[in-house]
Amino acid sequence: MTAFPEAARVELANGGLRANLLNATDTIRAKRARVVAEAPDWEELREAGKAIKDDVLTRLDEYLLEFEAAVQAAGGRVHWARDAAEANAVVVEVARSHGVDEVVKVKSLTTDEIELNDALAAAGIHALETDFAELILQLDHDRPSHILVPAIHRNRAEIRDLFARTIAPGIASDDPHDLAEASRLYLRERFLAARVGVSGANFGVAETGSVCVVESEGNGRMCTTLPNVLVTVLGVEKLLPRFADLEVFLQLLPRSSTGERMNPYTSIWTGVSDGDGPQELHVVLLDNGRTRALADDVGRQALRCIRCSACLNVCPVYTRTGGHAYGSVYPGPIGAILTPQLRGDESTSSLPFASSLCGACYEVCPVKIDIPRVLLHLRAKATKPAAERTLMGGVGWVFGGPRRLALAQRLARSVLRRGTVHRLPPPLSAWTRTRDLKGPPREDFRSWWRSRA
Amino acid sequence: MRIALFATCIGETLFPEACRATVEILERLGHEVVFPEAQTCCGQMHLNSGYADEAARLGRRFVRIFGDYEAVVSPSSSCVGTVREQYGLENVLELSELLVHRLGIEDVGAAFAGRVTYHSTCHSLRLTRVGNAPVRLLGNVRGLELVELPRADECCGFGGTFSIKNADTSSAMLADKCAAVESTGAAVCTALDGSCLLQIGGGLSRRGSAVRALHLAEILAST
Repeated sequence: MTAFPEAARVELANGGLRANLLNATDTIRAKRARVVAEAPDWEELREAGKAIKDDVLTRLDEYLLEFEAAVQAAGGRVHWARDAAEANAVVVEVARSHGVDEVVKVKSLTTDEIELNDALAAAGIHALETDFAELILQLDHDRPSHILVPAIHRNRAEIRDLFARTIAPGIASDDPHDLAEASRLYLRERFLAARVGVSGANFGVAETGSVCVVESEGNGRMCTTLPNVLVTVLGVEKLLPRFADLEVFLQLLPRSSTGERMNPYTSIWTGVSDGDGPQELHVVLLDNGRTRALADDVGRQALRCIRCSACLNVCPVYTRTGGHAYGSVYPGPIGAILTPQLRGDESTSSLPFASSLCGACYEVCPVKIDIPRVLLHLRAKATKPAAERTLMGGVGWVFGGPRRLALAQRLARSVLRRGTVHRLPPPLSAWTRTRDLKGPPREDFRSWWRSRA
Repeated sequence: MRIALFATCIGETLFPEACRATVEILERLGHEVVFPEAQTCCGQMHLNSGYADEAARLGRRFVRIFGDYEAVVSPSSSCVGTVREQYGLENVLELSELLVHRLGIEDVGAAFAGRVTYHSTCHSLRLTRVGNAPVRLLGNVRGLELVELPRADECCGFGGTFSIKNADTSSAMLADKCAAVESTGAAVCTALDGSCLLQIGGGLSRRGSAVRALHLAEILAST
């Protein structure tokens, strides 16, 4: 993938994108702040969310087996997938065994992560995205740029034009109601005809084998109830020990993500029920790098994430660059710590540096992931360019004692003009491209201090 | 009280005025200020850039030099945040914190004419947690008109080596910060951290703005 600084440069040049983003994230931020402020036990809820998730991560092996047994006892089938290829193969095989050429999908980051739609397409099966924003992106061959609001980078007029070209010829209005109606008319027939549904999950309950999806549009419930066959891809970290634990997370999640007290649709299903809903149920338990993250003492807290996206909305980097610069379905601060750990290769080494360490993300995280701390941890583990290592080694030497520091200060004073510096050589030219540098002062602090004695 | 000054590497190199001002304020209030000559850097730059070993070495050095003082003051909330969080040194305080929370002083007898806006730096808010101490101090400066900065709690884009490694993103954040500062009609933008002022001041200067970036200590030292 393209390194973050270069990818960001491209996105930053798009003024329209920045305006759409700042506008949208400001709105969600304000809503979140309002509903969080009214919850008197918010800090206790965060602590509880953190503790429950930490327990899950500590005893994941036990909870996974408990979950598998409960799903099976309720009439479902469980598949274990080490990576994306194994998970995709399961879904493709299920769809094939029913001879369908289309499946309907609930909005799901996990299936985006494993690029399930491409795998299904390769097998001649179309995966229809039924979430409004995901449908927009699919129709326009675009990619999600936000965890909760995947088409946050698009505006109404763009969507109207896209619909006019694709699913609603002749549509003239860009009123949200009319756009929603156009997608509703298009999707309804497909829901009724669908024989296989595919979903991700917000939570899986080890105690009961239940799977939970929260959503705002109702399309998810269509996908999970109308088709006769349902396949759910569940990241192994999404488990909760007990059904009662949902009480904590169904408060934390909507308030943090959409800024609502409660999300409009909460679907929870447990196995197969005679004559009601899907009669064939599959759950794919996905690792895909999660156990690698689990093995890291500091980094594993990223697996507490419940995908609320509050950290994106407050991030001064994300709100400028947008999500595409992060080169992953997980953008923003959480993406900067999750993607490198899930992928575990050098291609993502620029992501932990894509932060000014302002700490706004940690402040809003509903499960108290110390994102700045994990960023520092991943920075320390990243391979740094040789020139940078030499430079930082030199600076470290200078800081080894006051005489060395004084020498460096004298050197700076002799090289730089007094007053304002407008241009510096590389790598400091990156500074002076957009900023002046206050020149070194006439008298350094130590001389002044000694002169008073 | 006997207070040790931690000037910080960036402070003594680029902002000696802020360090001098810190000394002057505390001496004016009757305290003794000492300057441990062996000091250099707390290690934050190496820590934040991913050089953990180097940072740990500088951290140990810092603790040796400052660990035993009753109180250490620094004109940088970011460096204070690092030494408190990483090395657990609770005796190290940022200037406004020392004045308001420790010494109980909200009026330092300063006078400064003009309209001033205050940028609450990220680490003063979220790491050092100085709260409204700077605003209370500014509120008691004679002749000073304090105007609120829109989106004051949003990062200016400095972030240490982030400003070089991700210069484009850093500059986009800075452009918004400079525009917010200019929208206030203030003559001066102040903050607790030299590093952030380096960024904001550098941006304002490049835009040819009339607004000056000035460390809080310099305003509080003015009479």
